[in-house]
Amino acid sequence: MKIKSFKSGMARWAAGATAGVFAALTVSAALAEDLTVYTAVEAEDLKKYAAKFNESYPDINIKWVRDSTGVVTAKLLAEKNNPQADVVWGLAATSLMLLKAEGMTEGYAPAGVDKLDKKFVDSANPPHWTGMDAWIASVCVNTVEAEAKGLPMPTSWKDLTKPVYAGHVVMPNPNSSGTGFLDVSSWLQMFGEGGGWDFMDGLHKNIAWYTHSGSKPCKQAASGETPIGISFAFRGAKSKAKGAPLEIIIPSEGVGWDMEATAIVKGTKKLAAAQKLVDFTVTMEANEMYNKGYAVVAYPGVAKPVEHYPAGILDAMIDNDFEYAAINRKAILAEWQKRYDSKSEAK
Amino acid sequence: MTDTVSTTITTSPAAPIRPTLSRDDIIMRLSMGAIAIFLIFAIILPLYTMLSKSFENKAGDFIGLQNFAEYFSTPALFLSIFNSLEISIIATFIVLITAFIYGYALTRSCIPLKRFFRLVSLVPLLTPSLLGGISLVYWFGNQGVAKGLLMGEKIYGPIGITIGSSYWVFPHVLMIVITALSITDARLYEAAESLRTSKLKTFFTVTLPGCKYGLISAGFVAFTLIFTDFGVPKVIGGNYNMLATDIYKQVIGQQNFQMGAVVSVVLLIPAIIAFTVDRIVQRKQVALLSARAVPYTPKSDMMRDTVLFLFCLIVAIIILGMVGMAQYAALVKFWPYNLTLTLDNYNFDVMDGGGWDAYYNSIRMGLYTAFFGTIVIFFGAYLVEKGRGFGAGRTALHMIAIIPLAVPGMVLGLAYIFFFNNPANPFNFIYGTMAILVLASVTHFYTVSHLTAVTALKQMDPEFESVSQSLKTPFYKTFSRVTVPVCMPAIFDVSIYLFMNAMTTVSAVVFIYASDTTLASIAVLNMDDAGDIAPAAAMALMIAYTCLAARGIHAVITWQLHKKTQAWRAR
Amino acid sequence: MSQQETFLKIQNLFKKFGDFTALQDVSLEVYEGEFVCFLGPSGCGKTTLLRAIAGLDIQTSGHIEQDGRDISALPPSERDFGIVFQSYALFPNLTILKNVSYGLENVKMPKAAIDARVTELLELVGLNDQGIKYPAQLSGGQQQRVALARAMAMSPGLLLLDEPLSALDARVRVHLRHEIKDLQRTLGVTTIMVTHDQEEALTMADRIVVMNDGVIEQIGTPEEIYSNPASAFVADFIGTMNFIPGKVSGTGSVLVGGASLNCKTDGFKEGDSVVVAIRPEDVNAQDMNEGDENIIELDVKYLEFLGSFYRADLGGDVLSGHELYADFSVNLVRRKNIEIGSKLPVRFPAQFIQLYSES
Repeated sequence: MKIKSFKSGMARWAAGATAGVFAALTVSAALAEDLTVYTAVEAEDLKKYAAKFNESYPDINIKWVRDSTGVVTAKLLAEKNNPQADVVWGLAATSLMLLKAEGMTEGYAPAGVDKLDKKFVDSANPPHWTGMDAWIASVCVNTVEAEAKGLPMPTSWKDLTKPVYAGHVVMPNPNSSGTGFLDVSSWLQMFGEGGGWDFMDGLHKNIAWYTHSGSKPCKQAASGETPIGISFAFRGAKSKAKGAPLEIIIPSEGVGWDMEATAIVKGTKKLAAAQKLVDFTVTMEANEMYNKGYAVVAYPGVAKPVEHYPAGILDAMIDNDFEYAAINRKAILAEWQKRYDSKSEAK
Repeated sequence: MTDTVSTTITTSPAAPIRPTLSRDDIIMRLSMGAIAIFLIFAIILPLYTMLSKSFENKAGDFIGLQNFAEYFSTPALFLSIFNSLEISIIATFIVLITAFIYGYALTRSCIPLKRFFRLVSLVPLLTPSLLGGISLVYWFGNQGVAKGLLMGEKIYGPIGITIGSSYWVFPHVLMIVITALSITDARLYEAAESLRTSKLKTFFTVTLPGCKYGLISAGFVAFTLIFTDFGVPKVIGGNYNMLATDIYKQVIGQQNFQMGAVVSVVLLIPAIIAFTVDRIVQRKQVALLSARAVPYTPKSDMMRDTVLFLFCLIVAIIILGMVGMAQYAALVKFWPYNLTLTLDNYNFDVMDGGGWDAYYNSIRMGLYTAFFGTIVIFFGAYLVEKGRGFGAGRTALHMIAIIPLAVPGMVLGLAYIFFFNNPANPFNFIYGTMAILVLASVTHFYTVSHLTAVTALKQMDPEFESVSQSLKTPFYKTFSRVTVPVCMPAIFDVSIYLFMNAMTTVSAVVFIYASDTTLASIAVLNMDDAGDIAPAAAMALMIAYTCLAARGIHAVITWQLHKKTQAWRAR
Repeated sequence: MSQQETFLKIQNLFKKFGDFTALQDVSLEVYEGEFVCFLGPSGCGKTTLLRAIAGLDIQTSGHIEQDGRDISALPPSERDFGIVFQSYALFPNLTILKNVSYGLENVKMPKAAIDARVTELLELVGLNDQGIKYPAQLSGGQQQRVALARAMAMSPGLLLLDEPLSALDARVRVHLRHEIKDLQRTLGVTTIMVTHDQEEALTMADRIVVMNDGVIEQIGTPEEIYSNPASAFVADFIGTMNFIPGKVSGTGSVLVGGASLNCKTDGFKEGDSVVVAIRPEDVNAQDMNEGDENIIELDVKYLEFLGSFYRADLGGDVLSGHELYADFSVNLVRRKNIEIGSKLPVRFPAQFIQLYSES
């Protein structure tokens, strides 16, 4: 009964925070329950996220399923006929677009979604996903190793194709890594279809190896396994904070980025609780929480500068066409694989 | 399934007799049926589902060989076959030769420290295969301490995979080689000596032919293990594609399950061929074994023993060096820039991969696998070996029990996704739970356990069952009062085998773990994947220490058992 | 053993393993309280027959009746027998007491009754002080006695012994033969023993069933079987028998090489090729009178001393190259000064000569 009253009172509920808290209390009293949440958010942040959420909704217990972007996406797709997740909180927007195209997401306009930057909200009505923060490509350079090997500091993507960097660059394989894919899609957008592949042909000559994960290149740069790792800014900042001799470079042409976003999985038996969670994910306090690691968040005006983040990264973010990326994903990956993923062609 | 024919006398003398089934017979047949259903659901149906997926498109329509056509027209994919074959063959030879010399030293020479060498050789069994790769990064990676030894070559790629594979397959091969070398008949050597045959000639005419089958068998085991292994190439493979990593990429990276199924089939074929040849060869070896042989006692030979001792020493140092380096790196603050010691890398909870929960999950999973696996496998083996009736059915059960040995873990795991994650499947509820991990582990390691149990059962008097029938005692009473106590050592062997393998396996579970059932071995994989290589090493070693502790407990229990049952195990 | 009631009746038993016929139309009656031996070479079907009687491997067709009850299709647990195997099959992890009481415990007999019965049984086999030991701590002979006690524990109507003595030392074997026989006589239990050892069969059995290739060759008392073997196979299998080819030369006479012997020729006609058989101990070298029939002079080719007697290898032109054995007492050899190379007239008593058709 309480559920019903909750549902019918939805419109009123969205109006004010007090009503929200009230409803939350009634619902949580009725449904102290587990919510299975799939995520690709860094493991070290999950506990903080859950704690913050439970401050507002103490009776919804989050059961995290954490893995890399590729794995989480694969898992969701594998479970298409029998979804195990209730909510996806913190997965690449391009992946969520893919899930949306497969009809696996539930349209829902969370309370307060209109406050978010339009860029961060699915254009459908109601939206199927809402963004949290942007995760931005950048290049991690190990200063110690670069100096030892006599490598000049690169300033642009094109720099990385110079022969001097041969065998010194590591990047994520776009087939398995979300970061890798956003790099490739950004290059194709910045340099054009032809220019983009030309650039990658050049880059491929210098690549030491492709990693499966997007954070690994930066971590390997941090430990000197490679002098240069193409990764994302957040990871670089973290490693730098740990004392790695890293310089985080923003290539002058601009950097690709993707959103971490949230969506409700279609067919969840816990829709009410799922909606509460999604409501929380778009709040200001949630965005402040995202800002601990990410310089760009969905809620305008919240973002404060993040320590060790390279300056000027916001201006360097390209005008990313997510539709393009999502629609062409399969073709791009197939082309990439054809060109670079076989030993016969690896130098 | 059962028919209780009345016992009225038929008048025609030629009428065939249809035996009346006792309650005992019926229970036994129902048990066989249960085991058969278990094996069908755990092995046959998942594999069938996986095979059929390789002929379907994404929507699930049958498209014939189209997926295979696509596979073979994509060089990036099918070239992996040659990579996998090349690496597997090279590494097989390396490990076979090394293991042969090592095993020869342990069985046919008088070198000191034999016990030590034997123990050290087992170390790679304690960790996931990933550890070898991780350790190689620290030794020979770009910041590796011994990078110079590679003379400019990269460890990431074929070299790394070959070394890493050789490392972790070594104990598997060594065990077979030692068995083969132990069964040679000393009388042949006495004959050779009395004929004044040179030592070298004796080696080629007596020693090698004597353990030929063992070596062939070891070679195929090594080949299959390397060919289907995922851990080593994942960590140290760099850009070098292997079939096992391809499946991972297709499934995890590209969500292309159909192509994953195709690669699985491609991976399955050589594994099955190798397995079949090995079976045939082993059958021949059994014939060799049955000969009445006199055990060989080596005589000391200064020159030979010195050379062999040095060889063993080097191998042992390499093995310990692999583990030692991983342990050192796990304790270092920030390789290579800050080498102060710390336990930070054990703070798994702030890292990808599932944290300490993953470790505890692994222990739980290992214990469940050991417990339930031993019960099912031993009882199954009992029914196959000592059961009555269903002769053809029992043979079929035995055949099915042998299949898992030929099925790579990843293939099994993928098959489990296809099969169990289908809402129409009555066992769908186990998907995403600990139960499916336990089931996958039990199935993946079924064969060796089954064969161990069968061997133990074969050594029991076949008339125990007849006697208990004549004493009107149901089979399950004799099973619990006699068979199980007598086979207790074998039962413990099976359970420790299952526990250790469940702790260390990556490939069987990598596709089917869920968030709250993440495992330590998966954590190793994921931490390495995310670049957290030191914590990955730390976790891998936690697995190793746990396995070691389990071994210790196993040894104590076995010893206690031996003491307790000494009275009736006399002779 | 006087004629008694039929206890076990086996009719037209067949047992096939695929194409192989292990039992071919076997029919047999065993009398109450009788000790019967199934004797034959390995693979003759004797164990198959025993296992069919026990229900351990039920026959393909044919019927078995025990004590008036048709048991043809019954599982072993619903039949009434105790069994002892060559391997003893004692449960190694159970004490002697527990082994003997194994079946009793299952039928919910009160503890005190079980204890009493086990004590009684162990006394019967002379092992009452060994109860708390484990099988491995006993000698082979002792273990087999425990197996016997266990088989008798439930007072079965039929005792089946499958080569019970074959695994034992020769000395123990002889000793245990008597014990088993005594026990069987004391208890009066109908017993069937499978053996390939003719001496065992001859000494223990009331009747012997000789089997070969899945068929019964002959059933009879030991004396009958020994002195009147029904076939060349039985003659050859039991004891030692000389076989020499010959030809029936007329009613009551047969030609062996150059010599003519008088004997019964029932069932044969003149000109038939036959095998002439006589046991070495029936070849007579003394008490001969002029004009006695069947006397032939032969050469002693070889003389083998076997302790209580000599076995002579006899031959000569008259046998056209064939040789035969004859057993002579030590006394006789000494008295007649028989040596290798000596010529010796020997007599072949007509009543001991058997003729078999050439097969």
